[in-house]
Amino acid sequence: MTGDAPAPGAITLDFALHQGGFVLEMRERIDARVVALFGPSGAGKTTVLESIAGLRRPRRGVIRIGERTLFDAEAGVDVPCHRRRVGYVPQDLALFPHMNVRRNILYGAGAGPGGGFEHVIDLLELGPLLDRGVAGLSGGERQRVALARALAASPALLLLDEPLAALDATLRSRILPWLERIRDDLAIPMLYVSHAEAEVRALADWVVVLDAGRVVRSGAGL
Amino acid sequence: MNDVLSVALFTAGMAALATAVMLPPGLAVAWVLARRRFPGRAVLETLVSLPLVLPPVATGLILITVLGRRGLLGGLLERMGIEVMFTWRAVVVAMAVMGLPLLVRSARAGFEQVDRRYEQIAATLGARPARVFFTVSLPLARRGVLAGSLLGFSRALGEFGATIMVAGALPGTRTIAVAIYTYTETGQDAAAGVMLAVSAAIAFGALLASNRLTAAA
Repeated sequence: MTGDAPAPGAITLDFALHQGGFVLEMRERIDARVVALFGPSGAGKTTVLESIAGLRRPRRGVIRIGERTLFDAEAGVDVPCHRRRVGYVPQDLALFPHMNVRRNILYGAGAGPGGGFEHVIDLLELGPLLDRGVAGLSGGERQRVALARALAASPALLLLDEPLAALDATLRSRILPWLERIRDDLAIPMLYVSHAEAEVRALADWVVVLDAGRVVRSGAGL
Repeated sequence: MNDVLSVALFTAGMAALATAVMLPPGLAVAWVLARRRFPGRAVLETLVSLPLVLPPVATGLILITVLGRRGLLGGLLERMGIEVMFTWRAVVVAMAVMGLPLLVRSARAGFEQVDRRYEQIAATLGARPARVFFTVSLPLARRGVLAGSLLGFSRALGEFGATIMVAGALPGTRTIAVAIYTYTETGQDAAAGVMLAVSAAIAFGALLASNRLTAAA
């Protein structure tokens, strides 16, 4: 890790969300650069990411990134999704099928300060793919494009949902270094959903273990 | 023969204009019905489809009460110096109202087929709702929207009942359908036959294109 990177700032996740019979409840204030959300499927990990991204509305509580309040039920704050500056890479990636790689990556590039585009392209070595359509990309390439698209929008926080789950072991070992590069070069705080211990060990400096909508453990390392 | 050509061109032009007129409200209603839940949704849905099942002449009568001199809008427009009844504008309005249900149905199905995921991700990338609509929803629903536009256009081309109510059968407002009627009424069977062939050819082409668009989706 680079020592001179700016402090990522604390992430406050203190909220409750109801969804049918499922209740998700968190009372966390985390000061770490890479946070892993760990736990079995159905634990509510994706729901946490979508609440931060503004795609789901909690019933009560506060969501804050550093100084910025994204959601505060009591104060009536609910920053709309497009102004949250949160880079969300969902498990299904959702690359825009009607755009080529370049247009996908550039989609959010105008939103943030400075053009992160060139740097992101270099970092993820996407130059040769820019004019390709997204349909013909391999699994690992799609993953990198989705990462680049989220990063090019200069997010204040990166949300990654099982970024390696869909890949086989070989590809996994190829993508992991990219994630380490993002962590070390760009110094964007990351919230990372996984149920693979090896990944969590390699990347995260804080681990929150979720089960059935509740935090069962929260601390450094697994 | 000259008459046939000018009526055909006039009709096609008015139908194209009517399609352009119905697109903004049609797409808005289609998107709202596909994506939003709100009180009154069922009423809106029914209202938009009404011209499909109402006798076109009845729709024409409704338009008269709205656009006529003593109508809600008609009086206002007249004071602004815009004459609607029995002009080409009435033809466009009648065609647009009659074509709208078909556009809305097809475009709505198109929007419903768009995975919400893409719209959500576009929003997380900083796109405002309007930008999400024009850069993600609309392009991904393009087949349904195009097919609906062609259906609306075809319906507009053949429109008779509402048109004759609000625009009559005057030389300046005569569409293909109205011309077929007047030619037949006055015993000009040859001219009516030519009109029939022209209208069948245009409608056939538009429908074929629309069906190919939906089949390929």
